[in-house]
Amino acid sequence: MLLKLEPRGETSRAMIYLTPLLAILLTLIMGAILFALLGHNPLEAMYAFFISPISNSYGLGELAVKATPLILCAIGLALGFRANVWNIGAEGQLTLGAICGGGLALWFYDSESVFLLPAMALAGALGGLAWAAIPAFLKLRFNANEILTSLMLTYVATLLLSLLVHGPYRDPDGFNFPESRLFADSALLPVMVEGTRLHLGAAVAVFVVLVAWLVVSRSFIGFQIKVIGLTPAAAGYAGFRHHSLVWLTLLTGGALAGLAGLFEVAGPIGQITPVISPGYGFTAIIVAFVGRLHPIGILGAGLLIALSYLGGETVQIEMGLPQAVTGVFQGMLLFFLLACDVLIRYRVRWSIGASQEARGTAS
Amino acid sequence: MELEVARSDAAEPVVPRLELRGIDKSFPGCKANDGVDLSILPGEIHALLGENGAGKSTLVKIIYGILHADAGTIAWEGQKTHIAGPSFARNLGIGMVFQHFSLFEALTVAENIALGVEGDHDMSRLEARIEEVSAAYGLPLDPRRHVHSLSVGERQRIEIVRCLLQDPRLLIMDEPTSVLTPQEVDTLFGTLRRLSSEGCSILYISHKLDEIKQLCDTATVLRGGKFVGACDPKEESPQSMARMMIGDDVKEPKPQGDAQVGEVVLSVADLSLQSQDPFGTDLKAVTFNVHAGEIFGIAGIAGNGQNELLAALSGEQLVPDGAAVVIGGQPSGRLGPRRRRSLGLSFVPEERHGHGAVPALRLTENAFLSGHLREKLVRWGLIDFPKTAEYAQKICESFDVRTSGINAEASSLSGGNLQKFIIGREILQRPNLMIAAQPTWGVDAGAAASIHQALIDLAASGAAVLVVSQELDELFAISDRIAVMSSGHLSAARPTAATTLEEIGLLMGGDGGAAGERMINVA
Repeated sequence: MLLKLEPRGETSRAMIYLTPLLAILLTLIMGAILFALLGHNPLEAMYAFFISPISNSYGLGELAVKATPLILCAIGLALGFRANVWNIGAEGQLTLGAICGGGLALWFYDSESVFLLPAMALAGALGGLAWAAIPAFLKLRFNANEILTSLMLTYVATLLLSLLVHGPYRDPDGFNFPESRLFADSALLPVMVEGTRLHLGAAVAVFVVLVAWLVVSRSFIGFQIKVIGLTPAAAGYAGFRHHSLVWLTLLTGGALAGLAGLFEVAGPIGQITPVISPGYGFTAIIVAFVGRLHPIGILGAGLLIALSYLGGETVQIEMGLPQAVTGVFQGMLLFFLLACDVLIRYRVRWSIGASQEARGTAS
Repeated sequence: MELEVARSDAAEPVVPRLELRGIDKSFPGCKANDGVDLSILPGEIHALLGENGAGKSTLVKIIYGILHADAGTIAWEGQKTHIAGPSFARNLGIGMVFQHFSLFEALTVAENIALGVEGDHDMSRLEARIEEVSAAYGLPLDPRRHVHSLSVGERQRIEIVRCLLQDPRLLIMDEPTSVLTPQEVDTLFGTLRRLSSEGCSILYISHKLDEIKQLCDTATVLRGGKFVGACDPKEESPQSMARMMIGDDVKEPKPQGDAQVGEVVLSVADLSLQSQDPFGTDLKAVTFNVHAGEIFGIAGIAGNGQNELLAALSGEQLVPDGAAVVIGGQPSGRLGPRRRRSLGLSFVPEERHGHGAVPALRLTENAFLSGHLREKLVRWGLIDFPKTAEYAQKICESFDVRTSGINAEASSLSGGNLQKFIIGREILQRPNLMIAAQPTWGVDAGAAASIHQALIDLAASGAAVLVVSQELDELFAISDRIAVMSSGHLSAARPTAATTLEEIGLLMGGDGGAAGERMINVA
């Protein structure tokens, strides 16, 4: 045994917060090397990937637009993950949010009421919540694994959306294209900064992050979630109710994903289309883990992953690099983060094992 | 392997079976062994004594090859050697019976033994050998029985027989009697003496000083990772050995004279409950009362329904008949743990890591875990951190919890310190009813004494205290009345003063049958 991982006595608090930054730094260095090996000027490529997409206000707005659904979904998922509730069906819950909230926009197409948008947001959240209630019920009633049920329900949700946009939701004047009507202005999220697509949903996402932070770090509920995730027996000892917490985390996750879906159709898309998300609900799982299941971390991770989408598009357009670069960067980031994590909790020992090995063979 | 005759004492006629010199072993943040010497002669029963955290387990793991020493030498029968791993140790002739058994409940005795033995895996031959060895050493064991149907004592026999099949020349026993009835202990000692007379050395780890005095020829004492000295237990008194062990006099708990028995605080009436665990024990018409001001002890070998009873009392398992468990006059069978806590119940579970405390959380958070309700540590749905920290600090100070601070993770505390923390956390909530399971399990003598004293003081202050324990000595030392749990039945309670160890031991089931369906009647 030449290489040994030994737990460090005490984990440095400062390092816990520094690791993501360290991981980003390492990703940048590796990225530069990668670009150099591909025959591009690394500085130029890095600039194109990380800086140029957000070098103007429109780019910054796009960053927030892409990060909003990621963050909303990831916050909800992280609450569940902390309690060992593995909801991976945010994509489906997001879709249901779009179907329910967007449906309301179509139903009240002529309405100019200021209450339409809040009602849509509520309907969207309830749609996602209802979709997440199914795995919650199946888990608690029949002990069905929520990973499977929530994932399978995602495909049901996508098909349901397809059915609706080909049928009842279809634009009557749309030449049979499977799309809904464009939402009326009263059903669209107001743009916050002129000249960008930055919509009110981004502000809501920031608000959700703050509330989640309060819940996770300060509240009794957050404590219960943490204990049940770490040691269910201790949670039972303290009298924390497992059933209630499963319901709570799944329904919250579903509602936030539903809200994210509604924000997509009432924001950047502006109508209901057969595809409303490029997999935000799934990518949110990565965001949740890169953000350490911590709301503030998720905020950062959401922005970073959103940037990797934008950067991937930019280098594709400007330098003719494949879109796969996005995946490579996301992968490197995750890898470096996990590696840094391990090194902070454990110390690598070479000498002890090696010397003993030597002694063992010599004697 | 280089041949080296051991040091200057090579001139002596007897070469030690195992000789350790200057063993060092460090873990991050602590030096577990610091220049430890140990010499075991052939056929000797050698005690290894020390408080929890004194480095006994580390030393034994080094001998068995699970850990490797940072420095120092190991000589086996005069030959310097390096024990690379457990299989190397077994080949040398070292066998080990662990405190916690590693047996598969769904497999038979023979199958379990086959898993741990190298080489011959012909089952019928193995079964024959098991029968032969177990008969020869007075360890009755049916190789075809499934492990889940065996008592703890029988399970231990499996581990011992597994070692004996390898013809060991050194047998290491880690706290072997903690799970046995007095009668089973006698049988075990007979076996060990027999082995020793045949020339097998035994390294016996225990904190029960009486046993060591009774059984062992020599004792090596460790304190804080260091070798303190060796002594002849037969020449020493338990007190003098305890002094060597902790470097201080152990405070004997002072049992109060006449318990000021008050009203009934906990009343369990005709409690029958099916176990949630397929290998568990159903409760059968358990009936008893615990009064204010008394300590009520429940003895019994593990697995006779204690876990089921404790879960039904703590509220982790609800009881359909609400009136079967009455706390402070309130039918509580159908109340959850938090509701019962608000009635004045405090509970110390047997398992401290992962049941009584969350290892990965800090002490403050662990103080909050059960203290939030009665100490009112929640305000507007948020945790009152300053108040929680104050409470955690108070626990550490009042109960002498040795830690780097209240922000230390629970997992960083030694077993005894964490147990003191948990006991303190529960006592500071000023309970009317305290239920403690195995309160001093695996805890060193010093901490055990202070835990006992705390429980006695609590009862003296007017609380009802229920202690469920397998350690009869403990129950006899602190409890006012004792009842015995066997196969899900609880015997009638009797005053401690009016009963004897033997009597209780017999009730616990000399034939050790957790599986047997016996009704115990006590006049």
